[in-house]
Amino acid sequence: MTGVWVTIAALALATAALKLAGPLALGGRALPLRALGIVELLASALLAALVVVETFGDGRSLTFDARVLGVAFAAVLLALRAPMIVVVLGAAAVTALTRLLF
Amino acid sequence: MEAESSARERRRAGIRRGVPFGIAVFAISISFGVLARPLMGPVAPIVMSIFVFSGSAQFGALAVLLAGGGAGAAIVAGVLLNARYLAMGLALAPSLPGRPLSRAAFAMTTVDASWASASRGDGTFDPWYMVGVSIPQYAGWVLGTAVGVVIGPVLGDPKALGLDALFPAFFIALLFAEVRGRRRVAAAGGGAGIALALTPLVPAGLPILAAAAAAVAASRVRS
Repeated sequence: MTGVWVTIAALALATAALKLAGPLALGGRALPLRALGIVELLASALLAALVVVETFGDGRSLTFDARVLGVAFAAVLLALRAPMIVVVLGAAAVTALTRLLF
Repeated sequence: MEAESSARERRRAGIRRGVPFGIAVFAISISFGVLARPLMGPVAPIVMSIFVFSGSAQFGALAVLLAGGGAGAAIVAGVLLNARYLAMGLALAPSLPGRPLSRAAFAMTTVDASWASASRGDGTFDPWYMVGVSIPQYAGWVLGTAVGVVIGPVLGDPKALGLDALFPAFFIALLFAEVRGRRRVAAAGGGAGIALALTPLVPAGLPILAAAAAAVAASRVRS
């Protein structure tokens, strides 16, 4: 439980620091272009990693279960420009339905 | 006086724009509360939503902890997931008005959907509009977490309701909004490949951290 509170405190402080660093410390100056180019791509790389780990991961092994259909349905809804609430609830509904049927 | 009322109007327009985001975020944070409660108890998830207010970092850190990873790995995962705020803050900085304290207050309201909505498309941002878009999202996020914590124990098996799919569905929705252009597609593809390849090989959390290497590699791709 200590670990949970340490995680919460650290992430609250770190998130604030990340939001404030640019506007406060750097003022008019900018990061080196090369570093900015990497930071700008971090979200894409990490979000994609989270998608596959949360879709196929089961601890330290990879599985193929009902979640995969739910996330695939979410991708279809996103391609159809569905609102986020529809995408997220649609994924849960398809996953729940798949588990109910099989 | 005129600038004052204009600021209020921009903020109000932002709030209207933020309501659909707030509703989606409300549902997602219910699942955060439900999934976090068995590990964190009833209070910590709400405290986390109040003070961290970041879906990707909170779900990312929770995923590491649920998979048996330590606090260190959870913190690093959350920080790396939020590293984009550094770039977002740098982009935002020239558009923020006033003294350092006022600039800091505006900067603290940054979240993905608000930041993107407040972009004027010419490299500048409307800070009052951004504040407005964030307000319904903050309310939805904290309220939903509390609802999730309360109803979690009576919901039954979260898996039977497909709640474990909300997790990746939320991330893929953020990813869809994020991935524009060849470099980001390369970063996303590389990150997914690294994470899949490493999951059976190394402790929980590390595959997600290692995916950051794809951002370094993709920064060399011609745009």
